[in-house]
This record gives sequence, C-alpha cells and structure tokens, in this order.
Amino acid sequence: MLSSLTTRFALLKQLRRGNLGDVIFQLLALLFGLSILALVFGIVFETWAQSAPSRREFGWSFLWSTAFDPPNDSFGALPFIYGTIASSILAILIAGPIGIGIAAYLVEIAPRRLNQIVGFVVELLAAVPSIVFGLWGIIVLAPWLKNYIVPPLQAVLGWTPLFSGTFFGPSVFAAGIVLSIMILPTVAAISRDVLRAVPDAQREGMLALGATRWEMFSRAVLPYGKSGITGAVILGLGRAAGETMAVTLIIGNSPKIFTSLFDQGATMASIIANNFAESRGLFLSSLIEIGLMLFAVTFLINVGARLLVSLISRQPQGGIRA
Amino acid sequence: MSQLATTSARYRRRKLLDKAMTVMAYLCTLAAIVPLVLVLVYVAIKGLGAWSPQFFTGLPQLFGNGGGIYNAIIGTVIIVGLASLMGIPFGIMAGIYLAEYGNNHLGSLIRFTTDVMTGIPSIVVGIFAYGLLVVSMGGFNAFAGAFSLAILMVPIITRTTEEMIRLVPGSIREAALALGAPRWKTIVYVVVPTALGGIMTGILLSIARVAGETAPLILTILGSNFLNTRIFQGPVAALPLQIYDFSRSPYAGVIEAAWGASLVLVLMVLILSLAARLILARRGST
Repeated sequence: MLSSLTTRFALLKQLRRGNLGDVIFQLLALLFGLSILALVFGIVFETWAQSAPSRREFGWSFLWSTAFDPPNDSFGALPFIYGTIASSILAILIAGPIGIGIAAYLVEIAPRRLNQIVGFVVELLAAVPSIVFGLWGIIVLAPWLKNYIVPPLQAVLGWTPLFSGTFFGPSVFAAGIVLSIMILPTVAAISRDVLRAVPDAQREGMLALGATRWEMFSRAVLPYGKSGITGAVILGLGRAAGETMAVTLIIGNSPKIFTSLFDQGATMASIIANNFAESRGLFLSSLIEIGLMLFAVTFLINVGARLLVSLISRQPQGGIRA
Repeated sequence: MSQLATTSARYRRRKLLDKAMTVMAYLCTLAAIVPLVLVLVYVAIKGLGAWSPQFFTGLPQLFGNGGGIYNAIIGTVIIVGLASLMGIPFGIMAGIYLAEYGNNHLGSLIRFTTDVMTGIPSIVVGIFAYGLLVVSMGGFNAFAGAFSLAILMVPIITRTTEEMIRLVPGSIREAALALGAPRWKTIVYVVVPTALGGIMTGILLSIARVAGETAPLILTILGSNFLNTRIFQGPVAALPLQIYDFSRSPYAGVIEAAWGASLVLVLMVLILSLAARLILARRGST
C-alpha cells in the first residue's frame, strides 16, 4: 500500500517535471506486469465458468465417484486422481534419488569442463518434446520392458499385488518410467542450484575434521540444503502430475482403479487430452472440471515447492543445520 | 595395538562407503545420459528412414506410408510465429517491469506468479484458450493455438529478461542518464540492447519449448489432414499434433511417418537450444 503510494507520488513528480515518456513507459511496463496476474486469474475464471454444468450436476461427489459413462452422462474423477497420484509417485521414486545423485555429481565430483557438458546433456533431455518421449515409450520402451524387465521382476515380486497380472505394454509401469526420465532434468537442475548455494564453509569444516567426501556430503551439505532439495523433488512431482502427451500415449487411458502397476490406467491430464476433441455438453464440462482440479493441485504444489526452494537462499551462513 | 587395528578397519569401511557413493553418483549421471542418447539415436535412425522428398511436400494419409507433413510444417511455422509475435513483446515488457520497477511488493507477487506459471500444465492453458477463443470464435482455429503457446512462452522470457537486465552494469545506465537521456530512453536504447544476447537466449529457449507442445494444440487447433493457412478459421495441423495422430495408427507405415516427423521436430528443438546455448556462451566469454 505504502509502496504503491510512493510509486504514485514519484509518478506525479515526474509528470510535473515533464518527463511524459517516462510515465507512459512505466505505466506500459506495469500494464504488462499486471497482465501476468490477469492471465493466471483468467485461467482460474475460465475453467471455473466452463466447469459449472458439471459442478452443478455432480457436486462434491465428483471427487470420489468412479463412474465414467459418457452415453449416460455420468462422470467421476476418482480413477484419474488415483492414476495421477500413482504414476507421479512411481516417477518421483525413480527420478528423485537419481536427480539428487546427478546434482551431487555435478557439484561435488565433476571437474568444471565435464560439469558443463553433463549440464548441457541434462538440459537437452528437458528440450526433447513430450510427444517424442511418448512415441519412444510406447514403440521402443514398452516392448523392451516386456521382454527384459518384467519377467525377472515378476519372478521375484510377482506375488505382490503391485506386480501381478499380465504386462501388455501400455501400462502405469511404462508411463511411470517415461515420466521419471522426463522430470529428471527438473529435479537435477534445481537440486544442483540448491547444492551450489550451500556455503563452502560447511564442506571445509567437515573435511577439516577428517570426514570422507560422502560423510561431508551426507552430514554437512544435504542437511543444509534439505528444504531446497525437498522443493526440487516436489517440483518434479508437480511436473509429473501435469505431464500430458507422453502419458496419454503410454498409460492406456482406461478409467479404472488399478491395483497392479502392469494394469492400464489414466491420469487427469491424459483423460482430458484423449477425450476432449470428441466430447460435448456435460462430458466436456466434467473434463474441464478435471482440468480445474489439475490446475489447483499443480498450483499448490508449485507454490509450496517454490517457497521451500527460496528458503535456502535466506538461511544463515555457516553452522551445521541438522 | 588392537585399538589401531579397529580404527583402520573402520577407516577402510568409511573409505569403501565413500567410494561406493561416488560410484553411485556416476551411475546416476549415466542414468540421465543413456535414455537421452537412446531416444535421439532411435529417432535419428527411424526418422531418416521415413524421409523422402514426398514426405516434405505431401499431405498426411491415414494408411500406407502416412503420406507427408507439408501442412504440419506450415502449420507449426504459422502458429509458433504468431505465438512469438504475441509472447515476445509481452515477456520482454513484463521482464523490464520486474527488473526496473519491480522492487516492491507488487513486483515480488508478479515474480512469484511468473515462477509458478512455469509449472502450470500446458493442457490447462489449452483449456483456457479453448474457453476464451475457440468457443467464442465458433470453432478450432490457429489463433487460439498460438495464444495458448504464447502464454507458455511468457514466463520463460519474462524471467530471463529480468535476470539479464539486472546483470547490466550500473555504470552503463548512469552514463546514459548523465547525458540527459530520460529513463525510458535509457532502458530502450541502452539497457535492453546491452542485455539483448541473454534475452535472445530466453526467447530461443521459449520457442524451443513451445514448438514441441502438443497438449494445448489438441484443444485449440485440433489437427487437420489438409493445408489451412487461415488464422482465424478452421482446424490446422502442427508437427507435434501430427506425430500424435500418426502414432495412434494401427499401420506400421504410418508409425514410420511418426518417426520422420519426430526427427524434424527434434532437430528443430535441438538447433534452437544449441543456438541459445551458443549465444549465452559467447556472451559469457566477452
């Protein structure tokens, strides 16, 4: 409030001095800045308005209904919420530790030159379009998993419900693996930035006490960057939840609650992408309501994770934080 | 004596753990590189096999060898071009606001919102463009697709522009102001040109990112088997969308075409990313 008053005062003063160009330019810049807020508000408003018929028809039961019956106009979101959670968790279980490992390598081990090359490769991984990963996942990866990974996995863990049933190719399992490859750059890049922000005094102190590099990393660096790393993992989770095309191609888009990872399923994003073009009326509206929920979930995940990541830069310098 | 022996046994264990963890870190890095190489090599080999002169000049077919991707290439150029026309000025102006006038609460709010915007799923942006521009304009159209891609470009350009402008040395700005230039002229003619290399990097990266976007396009331009160069009317084809359509075909020949189109798209995205990287590297060395 105070700052906006001072801004206005400054504007007036400039106006009196006759720098009209400055005032116009600042207002223009402000307009574009405010438009960003307007865009996000517009997204919320539009999805809220378009999902009104669905919200009126199903109310809160939309959240826990498993119905999915386009001919009879009966819909529920539970299978898709469930599918999104399951595939994202599978992806982050794989990509989380590996991403942190890459960050550790880049910050603690790699020589400068190699550091740049590996950093570039990880960036390229982020640049490959989602649809290409999807194509690769369904045509190359799924058959490969079927022939070489699933048989031994089933021989050992086939008795658990998670790995039971027949693996056909399109499955939650294959989708989770492709997702993990796709969110790896997010987790790795942000963890790297967080680890870089850990002051060197942390490392030097630990090394001076005779610690090995692993002891230094696990006891002085990781605890210090804990909140930032958590943020990186959560951001990866958010990316996995919102990822659309690769999952749409691989997960099979079957609206049911699965128990085995080898089953087919569907996520919130994939069911929208798969059915949007053919949907009308209440079906369309309920898809948009799923979109609204997806927006809410990813928005909250991102706000939370960004706050966690920004914590690291405000931490006091020096001193072991356990 | 025994004290020493246990210490050294313990020391060896610590050393071993350290080595094991170092190897783990190497393996993790390998785990990122292997899939990338596999995907790129596979796309290159399969894609080259699908390339032919007809592939670049023909229209898509639902059978046989899938036909060509001429309309999809034209569609992608139109949509990404339009998106750039909208997104680049928007992003740069918002970035200028954050860097020059954004050191207050409103600036922090906008900065934070921009960061959060990068995490909004593209399909949700597609729903927004659908509601705003497809429903009201009576059908799928290229403009709605370009609008959704522009929204995805804005946060990337805004944040790079802000960071690059903040890197411009104060002395350059002061020199312009001392010569009597008003602030806006200082920004437009001195500060932004100085930061232009970095801003270009952000622009190229954002184009690379949206050129491969598929999800919002399903909801806005739908895809088409014909050439459509009208901006406000009728479904349009685009490369990523064409890959999606090809890849769902039961025919092996059409799947081949999907690889061919993927190679075109991947090359486009990689060249843009490499160019962005080069501009940044050259800027860093000077």
